[in-house]
Amino acid sequence: MEAILDTYKTTKLEDVKVWFKAASVNDFPIDGGACVKYKGKQIAVFNFERLGKWYACQNVCPHKMEMVLSRGMIGDDKGAPKVACPLHKKTFSLENGENLNGDIDAIATYPVKIEDDLVYIGFTE
Amino acid sequence: MKTIIVVGNGMVGYKFCEKFVSQDGSKDFKITVFGEEPRPAYDRVHLSEFFESQDAKALEMAPRSWYEENGVELITDERVSDINRTDKKITTAKDREFSYDYLVMATGSSPFVPPIKGVEKEGVFVYRTIEDLEGMLAYAAKLNKEKPNARAAVLGGGLLGLEAGKAVLDMGLEPHIVEFAPKLMPRQLDSRSSQVLKQKLESIGLNIHLSKATNQILGDEAITGMEFGEDDRLDVDMLIISAGIRPRDELAKACGLDVGVRGGIVVDNTMKTSDDSIYAIGEIALYNQMIYGLVAPGYDMADVAAKQILGNTDAVMPDDIDMSTKLKLIGVDVASFGEPFMPASKGHSIIFENKTQYLYKRINVSLDGKSLLGGILVGDASDYNMLHQVYLNGMAIPEDPAQLILPASDGASAFGDVTDLPDEAQVCSCESVTKGQICAAIENGEATDVAGVVSCTKAGTGCGGCKPMVTDLTNATLKSLGIEVKEGVCEHFDLNRQDLYKIIQVKEYTTFNEVLDNHGNGGHGCELCKPLIASLMATINADTANKEYAIQDSNDRFLANIQRNGTYSVVPRVPGGEITPDKLIALGEIAKKYDLYTKVTGGVRIDLFGATLNQLPLIWKELISHGFESGHAYGKSLRTVKTCVGSTWCRYGMDESVSFGIELENRYRGIRAPHKIKGGVSGCIRECAEARGKDFGLIAVEGGWNLYVGGNGGATPRHAELLAEQIDNETVIKYLDRYLMFYMRTAKPLQRTAAWQERLEGGLDYLKEVIIDDKLGIVEDLEKEMQTLVNKFECEWTQAINDPEMMKRFSHFVNSEDDDDNLVFVPMRDQKMPEPWN
Repeated sequence: MEAILDTYKTTKLEDVKVWFKAASVNDFPIDGGACVKYKGKQIAVFNFERLGKWYACQNVCPHKMEMVLSRGMIGDDKGAPKVACPLHKKTFSLENGENLNGDIDAIATYPVKIEDDLVYIGFTE
Repeated sequence: MKTIIVVGNGMVGYKFCEKFVSQDGSKDFKITVFGEEPRPAYDRVHLSEFFESQDAKALEMAPRSWYEENGVELITDERVSDINRTDKKITTAKDREFSYDYLVMATGSSPFVPPIKGVEKEGVFVYRTIEDLEGMLAYAAKLNKEKPNARAAVLGGGLLGLEAGKAVLDMGLEPHIVEFAPKLMPRQLDSRSSQVLKQKLESIGLNIHLSKATNQILGDEAITGMEFGEDDRLDVDMLIISAGIRPRDELAKACGLDVGVRGGIVVDNTMKTSDDSIYAIGEIALYNQMIYGLVAPGYDMADVAAKQILGNTDAVMPDDIDMSTKLKLIGVDVASFGEPFMPASKGHSIIFENKTQYLYKRINVSLDGKSLLGGILVGDASDYNMLHQVYLNGMAIPEDPAQLILPASDGASAFGDVTDLPDEAQVCSCESVTKGQICAAIENGEATDVAGVVSCTKAGTGCGGCKPMVTDLTNATLKSLGIEVKEGVCEHFDLNRQDLYKIIQVKEYTTFNEVLDNHGNGGHGCELCKPLIASLMATINADTANKEYAIQDSNDRFLANIQRNGTYSVVPRVPGGEITPDKLIALGEIAKKYDLYTKVTGGVRIDLFGATLNQLPLIWKELISHGFESGHAYGKSLRTVKTCVGSTWCRYGMDESVSFGIELENRYRGIRAPHKIKGGVSGCIRECAEARGKDFGLIAVEGGWNLYVGGNGGATPRHAELLAEQIDNETVIKYLDRYLMFYMRTAKPLQRTAAWQERLEGGLDYLKEVIIDDKLGIVEDLEKEMQTLVNKFECEWTQAINDPEMMKRFSHFVNSEDDDDNLVFVPMRDQKMPEPWN
């Protein structure tokens, strides 16, 4: 099971080699998320309209290894943007992936860019 | 190991066990308790509540399991019939023998039945046990059926007699109180206060006859009247005797223990009788030549006896026993404390009387005017707790003691704060809990609210009279520790649910952002406030969960219940549990087609598990084409109305429970509430639908439905309470509309009706005033709001599958039509289940 986690590594903007064109901005709910498939990976992408920002992270929740984070609710914890897992309400920072209400491993995060109303996610390969 | 036998499982007998097992060293003893009644000890002080609830369990001091868990052997329905002191053995009515090292007599008392000719007639009852009450109820029901305006008299105008008077009122009979003395409650009240009480009780429909000596009971087999003098008669159809108590000392007499001239086992201040191995406690014990008929001294005696047996010889009963009492008689406050009647040589009395409001207050102060010696309160006893504390602790009183009872012109209290009480002040006299203990429970972190204080100190669990003071003390202590009782729903809102409800209603907000931007603390919301506001807007604006789906809790967002592996379960509505064979087949075929695990749910519906996000709309399209609609199993909304088969099929049924259950389920389907709501409708009192375990429950009875509210199963099971009796379908709907809407307006987030109702200030009485008597003048609005919700109902799954934009929500990937390839199922009993978590 843990092997799944190994496929997700936080990617910094400067390390991006591939910008994957995922979908149109209109395919994502306002202040909510959806899941993107890329080379066998599942990436949760969030349109945080209240902040005017987009975030991406692994779709798998490291708590019980289920592919559910994209269906979670987003919000903020003292100003820090977060997502709450729909299964047990574990919350993770969308900025750095840290688990905010416990000591579960951090989730991997990915850069997002918007060009011509299209959503791109950055990967190293 | 030594053996203790407790004879009698009443309140005090139980309290002995409780006190004993909580002491160090109790493990070296084995306790066996004998009770002659069929059930474990119950709260006799609140016996009259049985007439409202008819719930014997609710009165239990502790369930049977408590005795087991604490190693106490409880033998009920078996009277001890003989004591052999030489061999230290007892014999029971079933001819069984048991040996003891210590014997604790807690046999209590029995009602005194005066030797009046005819007391054996049918329809004459005593007021002591639940069996007595059940007998009365059955007889009253018979009377009510045979004869309109049947009358019942209570013989005895003392404290218990007046309680019995309330019971008569509750049973729907015309109540009469007959008292031998020239005043009511002769032991607690002076003539003037008794007069005020009499007038107040008469104003609410009790007929009171004082100075009446009953010569005989009239009637052939059953009672038809009472005769006082030659031409002085009262026609009655039922009589409840409550003319005092007599200690049950027949066992003690037979085995030669010292007893008093007028009964009661003589004890010293260690509760020991004339036999070193035998103790006596409660209403059987004659201490200081007195029988104490109150629960608080009985509990103290239980404590002393427990400690003495364990070798703590310092524990003794005080010489002076506080006989102060406060009670609510038929809704009228009555209290007396210290010395209620005082000879003029000992002090001065200050009396305030206002007959227009049925108020009477008297305090007795010492001749030097410096201390409070006692007093009487009738009509308003809100100051009782403070006055009682001032008396008990010898606290200073104002220079003009009249201020203690006169209504203050500026609304300020003549008393200081509760925090001014000394630490040793006894706040709960039933459980002997001091102010210091209450404050300590909070200060050392054991308790953080009133409920916590009650559970760890036991304060307020006896008569309950000290509850307001415990609440005040708790709040004051929390405040002094700088702990603010936070009401806001989360970091984004300082407002509570009720305030948000009003704001959204008044300002007519329709989006989450409007509410957050105008009333939040900045920030962007979270998983606590978003679903809450979604639910409020659904209630206020009659929206479905499709409206602003990103703020819905994840189950509401996808209109299905997320399960272990991120797949969903699907529950179509099956109103009242009635389903045609065709629909059953359709469910089976759909489940087969999509390979879904099927199970009948706790709410007697059929649940289909293992559907992926992509499959949900396909499954629903098929379900809807077979006439199904959303079951809202995913929402904080009405789940099911469970029904028994009712009079359409059942040979016992009194009414059509299925038809009415379906009507109610269809009426309330889809409404969003603070938490899930379940209903039940039973066609007769056999209660096969378990309606009293639901948020609302109906039981068909002669002449209509009994409506119960505020029950639930779950972690804290609670029976629903009776809101109204014998009402017709239309009235049920009216009351339910009001009740549910009132709950939806005022409950906390995720608070079931049971918890809401339990914490509702004023309790069930208040609820009845609001729902039935329209005390707040809101029922018309409540009904209108509910009607709007009913009229605007729309199946949200039908909405979703007919709107391509909404359908976009139900795919696992935004850029692919694939399903989640991470899912693994394993076989289980001919079906499948998710691979277990590590």
